[in-house]
Amino acid sequence: MEKKNNFKKLLPFVKPYIGLIILSIFFAILSTFGTIYLPIVIKDVINNALGQNNVFWDNIYPKLLLIIIINIVIALSSWLLGIINSRISFNISRDLRKSTFKYIQNIPLSYLDVHSSGDILSRLIQDVETISDGLLLGLTNLFTGLMTIIGTLIIMLILNVYVALLVVILTPLSLFIANFISKRTYRLFKQQADKKGEQTSLIEEAITNQKVIQAYNYESRLIDNFKIQNEQLRKISLNALFYSSLVNPSTRFINNLIYASVGVLCGLLATKWNQIAIIDVGLISAFLSYASSFGKPFNDLSITITELQNANASLERLFEIYDAEQEEECLNPTLINDDEIENIKIDDVYFSYVPEQHLIEGFSLDVKKGQTIAIVGPTGCGKTTFINLLMRFYVVNKGLISINNIDIRNTTRKDLRKQFGMVLQDTWLFSGTIKDNIRYGKEDASDEEIINACKISHCHSFIMQLENGYDTIIGEEGGSLSQGQKQLLCIARVMLSKPPILILDEATSSIDTRTEIKVQDAFLKLMEGRTTFIVAHRLSTIQKADVILVLKDGHIIEIGNHQTLLKQGGFYKKLYESQFQK
Amino acid sequence: MKKLLKHLSKYKKECVLGPLFKLLEACFDLLVPVIMIYLIDNGIKQNNPTIILQTGGILVLLAIVGFVCCVIAQYFAAKAATGFASSVREELYEKMSKLSFSSLDKLGQSTLMTRLTSDIQTMQNGINLFLRLFLRSPFIILGASVMASIVSKSYIIALIFAGVVILAFALVFFIMLWTIPKYKKVQSEVDEVVKSTRENLTGVRVIRAFSKEQKEIGKYDFKTDHLAKTQNKVAIISNALNPIAYVIVNLSIAGLLYFGAKYIDEGILLQGVIISIVNYMTQIVVELIKLANFIIQVTKAIASGDRIQAMINLTDDPMLLNNNVDEHIDSPYICYKNVNFSYFKNGDNALNDINLAINKGEIIGVIGGTGSGKSTLVNLLSGFYLPTSGELIIDGKHIENYSRKEIRNKTTIILQKAQLFKGTIRDNMKVGNEQASDEQIFEALRKSQSEEFVLTKKGQLDYQIEQGARNLSGGQRQRLSIARGLLSNGDILVFDDSSSALDYATEAKLRKEIFSLKDKTIFIVSQRSSTVRNAHKIIVIDHGMIVGFDNHDNLMKNCPIYQEIVLSQNKEVNENGKEE
Repeated sequence: MEKKNNFKKLLPFVKPYIGLIILSIFFAILSTFGTIYLPIVIKDVINNALGQNNVFWDNIYPKLLLIIIINIVIALSSWLLGIINSRISFNISRDLRKSTFKYIQNIPLSYLDVHSSGDILSRLIQDVETISDGLLLGLTNLFTGLMTIIGTLIIMLILNVYVALLVVILTPLSLFIANFISKRTYRLFKQQADKKGEQTSLIEEAITNQKVIQAYNYESRLIDNFKIQNEQLRKISLNALFYSSLVNPSTRFINNLIYASVGVLCGLLATKWNQIAIIDVGLISAFLSYASSFGKPFNDLSITITELQNANASLERLFEIYDAEQEEECLNPTLINDDEIENIKIDDVYFSYVPEQHLIEGFSLDVKKGQTIAIVGPTGCGKTTFINLLMRFYVVNKGLISINNIDIRNTTRKDLRKQFGMVLQDTWLFSGTIKDNIRYGKEDASDEEIINACKISHCHSFIMQLENGYDTIIGEEGGSLSQGQKQLLCIARVMLSKPPILILDEATSSIDTRTEIKVQDAFLKLMEGRTTFIVAHRLSTIQKADVILVLKDGHIIEIGNHQTLLKQGGFYKKLYESQFQK
Repeated sequence: MKKLLKHLSKYKKECVLGPLFKLLEACFDLLVPVIMIYLIDNGIKQNNPTIILQTGGILVLLAIVGFVCCVIAQYFAAKAATGFASSVREELYEKMSKLSFSSLDKLGQSTLMTRLTSDIQTMQNGINLFLRLFLRSPFIILGASVMASIVSKSYIIALIFAGVVILAFALVFFIMLWTIPKYKKVQSEVDEVVKSTRENLTGVRVIRAFSKEQKEIGKYDFKTDHLAKTQNKVAIISNALNPIAYVIVNLSIAGLLYFGAKYIDEGILLQGVIISIVNYMTQIVVELIKLANFIIQVTKAIASGDRIQAMINLTDDPMLLNNNVDEHIDSPYICYKNVNFSYFKNGDNALNDINLAINKGEIIGVIGGTGSGKSTLVNLLSGFYLPTSGELIIDGKHIENYSRKEIRNKTTIILQKAQLFKGTIRDNMKVGNEQASDEQIFEALRKSQSEEFVLTKKGQLDYQIEQGARNLSGGQRQRLSIARGLLSNGDILVFDDSSSALDYATEAKLRKEIFSLKDKTIFIVSQRSSTVRNAHKIIVIDHGMIVGFDNHDNLMKNCPIYQEIVLSQNKEVNENGKEE
């Protein structure tokens, strides 16, 4: 697997925080300077306390005060540094989530239909978390580490050039090793993140299918599956964690080698070669202490590098989402006139989800104002696909769909979809109050309008039976409401928004027939003057339609109204009669 | 949190050896300066290059040994941490898959997701760091304090060190206490963000149909803003840990210098001792900073651990059937006696005073309006919920006395919402019966009217179903779900409106197959009167009460609600002048 640098793509997200980053560098310099300077002051104090009755108190008092001041400066600046760094990384991860979320709103459905939602979720939550952790560590250690290295280096060069050179030559070794290891761990981290994504979708599935799982005693087998998967994750995590944690001891090992070499070199310089006899013991001890403190920033940097690798792998996964092309929006949209839908034309439309599998071929239809079009046909005949095309969830491969003679590609998606009200078999409610759910299609609706819509769609009475009536909060995916109740709520939602074109895709399939008839009366009233598309298999629902399309394998095989189709004696007639078989 | 630590018991060896090797490494680290002093005193001062080289060699050797110890320690820590995480994940997953629906509804699905993923990850990091550092840092802090006190032989200096240690640990403790609940809050806000993301992904069609993308973005922004705000607030306090520790240590250094200078002045101490005491204090500050960072990680881990523990501790209402009690009551095969049921405590009853007696082998239709309690009535049969009051006896045994496994083997319920798993059609069929052969599967597919479309799929039984079965139509999903149900060998079969998405022709064929099943007691819940009319008996339910229980002909005579339902469905026929 090629190691990619994904941090470049992160730059636009970092940009807004340049100010904070500069501030962060400033405080890093301040606290590092203090930290390097403090030992010198301490040594000064000690040097002023030579022995009995030989203590220069006049020199000591100001130094002690200086220690306290430096101390406060260090403490304050490192506190602020910490706060700023956390702020930068938390805010960047928030921005990443926001931006990705926003991006997803414009990704074609074809992408979302084939990518598991659990995996996308894991990218938005877990991967962003890993990125945030990496950034935080990077910000904390990168500058302070570099500052400490530079500061210590300067002091060492002043003390002795030879020994300083030895340290300078040897230390990159630890960076080299850190880099060597992290290159190899990158692959492991990517594997780990992918495995986690896989596991998240497994968990997601288990959570949504809970009822089926329990009904079939499937828990134990599912747990066995999970165990296998979990064990794989454990192994990958162990490898990733272990190999990445090799960086730290390796760099420390190099540091210890440097420490030993400094000691030996100093010793040899002083004794064997007599070259720098000037080297005194005090200097050696100072050197040794700097050589060992020189190691710490390298150590920190190496940990940071590992974390950044981890973050890099997660960044790649996150930015993979951005590889999906965005839906194009028309630049010079012609808006459809809201109130009057004069006609809908479907002209010789071809469409397929996968290039080699043709689904809809040469589909043409002319719908006039106020007509009700019913679509029937065996499953898989293209009913739902037709609706996907009409609402521009998917775009036609060939041909044209127009509303009021405006190609639906030449208007904005928002303008197009504003014309439609859709009730699907798969109900979708979000966690929130009943009222909020119904108001979804019309934000400014008054309570009266909401209650009215609920009354027409026959959900008022069951809503009133709930704990807090319209203010009852329903859980994720509708919680404990029955399937039929959820569908009624979705109908109320559309009743409230009163769109010019209605799409009812098995909209009443879960509702009992008595209620259905009442709801249908309400629909009829709503449909007056509006154009309606109905997909249903209950033929009672569609008999009154102006035009009935019988679809099979993406083609219209029969077209007409109920009476003419019955007379034709084709597929529709068979379908119709099957309803009354005993 | 504490209870979770049992998952570490498999890794006792690693938990002991890891920190010990780390300690060993720390000891070697502490040895290095001593050896360096030997190098200076005996090598340089004595002008002896051989000793310099020899001690240099020893230092290299120590570095190697230290490296090996550290690698071993890292391995053990990583092994224990990942093993722990994996084991906790397993327990939590198991708990989750056995949770009753009312608990699931209450908790919400997103929080389960965060607990299973992000919280466990945080715990893994915490344990890993803990095993690496918990011995090392306190060891060095305490060791340095003791050494300093011994070297100085002064109680004031010992007191200063003791004060620093106590203050430092008190600070750590206080900040932990303060931040744990805050981290919990952060995690619960992560839950919210997860919820928002999930809802958006599942509801994408509706959101787009209503052009609500902007609103969703606004909602999401609000939640992420909130999360970042809380995180930043916690950061203000947690970032103070480090500087405060620093202030404590360095102020005490100032104090040490003052008293040190005084003692030197008085001739009690020598200069060299002060140098070493200050060095010890600096060592303490280095370790304290490490400790502070480590404490933050551990604090987060504890907060996450508590969240996980809370899930595991969740007592699962009476709905959890666990004990299998032997019982033989002389009673009809299935018997509801004065059964009441309500979804919420003190809520309205969803079922009111249900009394039913059903014989083995009977085919029972259940019909009623939306929200009338049809599903609730039959859901009781598989123990998804237990009656709030009254008795439910199945095959001579109270429902409470069945174990989950036993009752689910007895009753197979085929739900209205047909949910399938990602995997092949065969895998999905085997959910119903693990041992099912391909022939048995095909037989079930034939009966459920799915054989035809399965045969057209690429790979047939090996056809891959995507997550959420998005590559199948609603009707296909339902038929596969029925096939799955038929494969499972329950004595009681419940079809909970499970063919609502089928067209009438297919449904009629399916019904024929269902009616010819042998030795089964069958419940068919439906809104279509045609589906239930041929059942031996039909339960008519309205507002949670049984208003009729008889066969079609009798109900037509004496159950007005039933008549109304039937008439409502024949309306279309009459309108078209066709007699039923």
